Amino acid sequence: MILKSLLKIVKHGPTLALFAIILFFTIADYLHGSGNFFSARNARVIMNSAALVAVPALGMTMIIIAGGIDLSAGTAITLCGTAIAVAFRDHTYPSTEPGAATWIAIALLIGLLAGLACGLINGLIISVTEMVPFIVTLGTMTIFLGIGLVIAGESGVVSEKVTAMDDGTSVSHLPDWLRSLCYTGSNTDQYWFPFLPVPSSVLIAILLGGIVAAIMHFTVFGRNIVAIGSSPSTARLCGIRVGWTRLWVYVVSGIFVAVGALLYFANVKGANPSEGTGKELEIIAAVVLGGGSLSGGRGSVFGTIIGALIIKTIASGCTLLEIPNTYTYIIIGGIIIVAVLIDGLRNGAPKWLFDRIR
Amino acid sequence: MNPLLEVSGVSKRFGPTVALNNVSLAVAPGRVLALIGENGAGKSTLLKTLSGAHFADSGQMNLDGKPYHPSNPIDARDNGVAIVYQELTLAPDLSVEDNILLGQQGTGAGTLLRGKQRDKVVEVLNRVGLGQLSPQARTGDQSIATQQLIEVARALISDAKIILFDEPTSSLPAADVNRLFEIIDSLRERGLAIVYISHFLEEVRRVADDYAVLRDGHSVGCGELSAVSDDQIISLMVGRDVDDLFPSVPHEIGDVRLEVEDLTANPMPQRIKLSVRRGEILGIAGLVGAGRTELLRCLFALEPTYGGHVRLDGKRLPHNVRGRRKAGFGLLSEDRKTEGLAQNLSITENLAMGNHDRYSSAGWLNLGERLRDAKRWIEKVEIKAQHPGQVVAELSGGNQQKVAIARLLAQDAEIYLLDEPTKGIDVGTKAEIYRIMGDLAAQGKTVIFVSSYLPELLAVCDSIGVMTRGRLVETRPAAQWNEEDLMNAALAAVDDST
Repeated sequence: MILKSLLKIVKHGPTLALFAIILFFTIADYLHGSGNFFSARNARVIMNSAALVAVPALGMTMIIIAGGIDLSAGTAITLCGTAIAVAFRDHTYPSTEPGAATWIAIALLIGLLAGLACGLINGLIISVTEMVPFIVTLGTMTIFLGIGLVIAGESGVVSEKVTAMDDGTSVSHLPDWLRSLCYTGSNTDQYWFPFLPVPSSVLIAILLGGIVAAIMHFTVFGRNIVAIGSSPSTARLCGIRVGWTRLWVYVVSGIFVAVGALLYFANVKGANPSEGTGKELEIIAAVVLGGGSLSGGRGSVFGTIIGALIIKTIASGCTLLEIPNTYTYIIIGGIIIVAVLIDGLRNGAPKWLFDRIR
Repeated sequence: MNPLLEVSGVSKRFGPTVALNNVSLAVAPGRVLALIGENGAGKSTLLKTLSGAHFADSGQMNLDGKPYHPSNPIDARDNGVAIVYQELTLAPDLSVEDNILLGQQGTGAGTLLRGKQRDKVVEVLNRVGLGQLSPQARTGDQSIATQQLIEVARALISDAKIILFDEPTSSLPAADVNRLFEIIDSLRERGLAIVYISHFLEEVRRVADDYAVLRDGHSVGCGELSAVSDDQIISLMVGRDVDDLFPSVPHEIGDVRLEVEDLTANPMPQRIKLSVRRGEILGIAGLVGAGRTELLRCLFALEPTYGGHVRLDGKRLPHNVRGRRKAGFGLLSEDRKTEGLAQNLSITENLAMGNHDRYSSAGWLNLGERLRDAKRWIEKVEIKAQHPGQVVAELSGGNQQKVAIARLLAQDAEIYLLDEPTKGIDVGTKAEIYRIMGDLAAQGKTVIFVSSYLPELLAVCDSIGVMTRGRLVETRPAAQWNEEDLMNAALAAVDDST
């Protein structure tokens, strides 16, 4: 049993790559660095930043399996984050005051609705007009950025406000549970389960990952997503409502955008709408590294989470080895191309090479 | 006269299917050879072998007395063999000139030297009767007929000695057909050799000097056209012996189930009227491009229609796929590769596609039930696969087709619309598919069976209708048809164009 699942991991290329990358940086860090790479604390930091990518990437996984793409995910996240941040900045009491809970709930609801709205807009345009998702979301990407800037007043929003109470203590406007969502320090009281010092963001990502995996495998909706991504014309022939399914995929992915936005907000206690550009590529890269195919029909939740871990492990390793950010980009970009190339080789591509071998 | 191109004993197989078996023919300069044969007789394979797209397994080809074995289409072109395909291969966004020169532009230090070649372009355009066309015009803006002539011009500019036409008139309106024939006449006068593939005997008579007939990959006859009658050619095309490859299942025909009135779409089908009974197998014969596939797709509401209606048991049906499926319609697509099946999904997944409601409650699947069902169907229609999770693309064509048919059976359809269900599959599997069709009729289902293979239509169907250019021209009980009559009806040109 254990042997069997071990074998499965060995066969799962992305997981193997992750282990190799961890091993590489552990050795490199041991020889040339500070020796901090292979530590519980750094593992928490990596997992937390990976969770920030993985949560929106779960929605992106569904979209990519359905044969679509969402370039607007990055700016949609910062749009939702900005909406949450502005709501907290303008409307909340000190979090211990009675009535604060209502305001907090409203702020979160605003974020969720913003995410759903972004997904709904993408989904409606794509399924009604049958335009190419790449172009549609390229457009909405800029639109969401603009809306975010309008809401934020063209600057970053800082929501961390502290009110001095009558008894001399000071209380933050943000509730403690929200402040500690992305906590990675050594105070175990800040974690959901003190005996399990794993950032709450990571637990959320795993929980949501389980839900998405279940949807993809065990529901009619999930199998219809795979069907329309594999062969839209076959799905149509079988009476599957292709446009309708596409619409719902984008709407559902809006939920993950909203949760992702909440995590980003909790991580920096504020929002900057212009930071969203580029995030979508990191999210798409996580899906692709995990085995997702941009031609649809292929991709996995587990793979996507591993993909996010790969990206963030490399980023962390490079930081600890004091490799400049600029080079980190080059390395991550190279790894994405090599990963997809290896995946292609396992599936008989490129054609000219395999034609020649035969 | 010495032949320009001589083919002797050429064979080509694709896996277990033999596409060409010991084929021989000769084309002389200044003559037009008509290559005639039913769909699937091997004409296109032969053409592709001549043009370098396929490589012959065995046999000898000589061009101008020298051995000729092109390794790719460029090699063929350099040897003076050009091909004009049925489907146009022009880049619509390029100018006429650029399309003609595509792949053979004169360059100097990597830059195009258009000026030098313009005279030549104008000359070949003149030769194909397009002297008035500006070489700079956008190709996609030209009519289909003009584009076809541009293809011919492209063949001429590479100094072709022999031009192969693959059913060039199938996409042309009648007026333009004559213009093409005049161009072919002028090419012949200049001493080029022409190979012309067509179904239409009257066209062949108009344009060709010689004929060669292929049947099931064999050459069965050749000679001068003037020495042979139409009936003789047709019997050469269809002359097969019908053996006991067609298992018949006794079935009883009941009341009318499906009625179609004036069904019309753009451009095909045109005003289709038919009625099919419970337990009846209705065959639809006709040539490729006669509108048979379009008819089935309109019946299944996959394509929009512009008139007419479809009734099932007297009830008019709304025009959408889900509605048709719910009413019990099932369509087996002619295009197994991209539409019939999702090639990169498993057998189980393909069988369950669109049938998921059968194994689910409140949207959640019962995977065990789905797998059991898949196993049941694999056993029932005898799909040869390693396991139900095997990817469909790994199966043979016949087994793939069985998966597609099993999906219709799993759907428990009442009206089966089968589009070329036996295309490209082996004889044994064909027989199994006929048996399944007979069983369906015996269960009181209704089957509409489109096929280009006349013997199977005659053996399996209760009645057969023939389509020509979008019309259902004649329907008779199968016993009142024979192959020659079917072929004559399919070849008959429809005169009124309203």
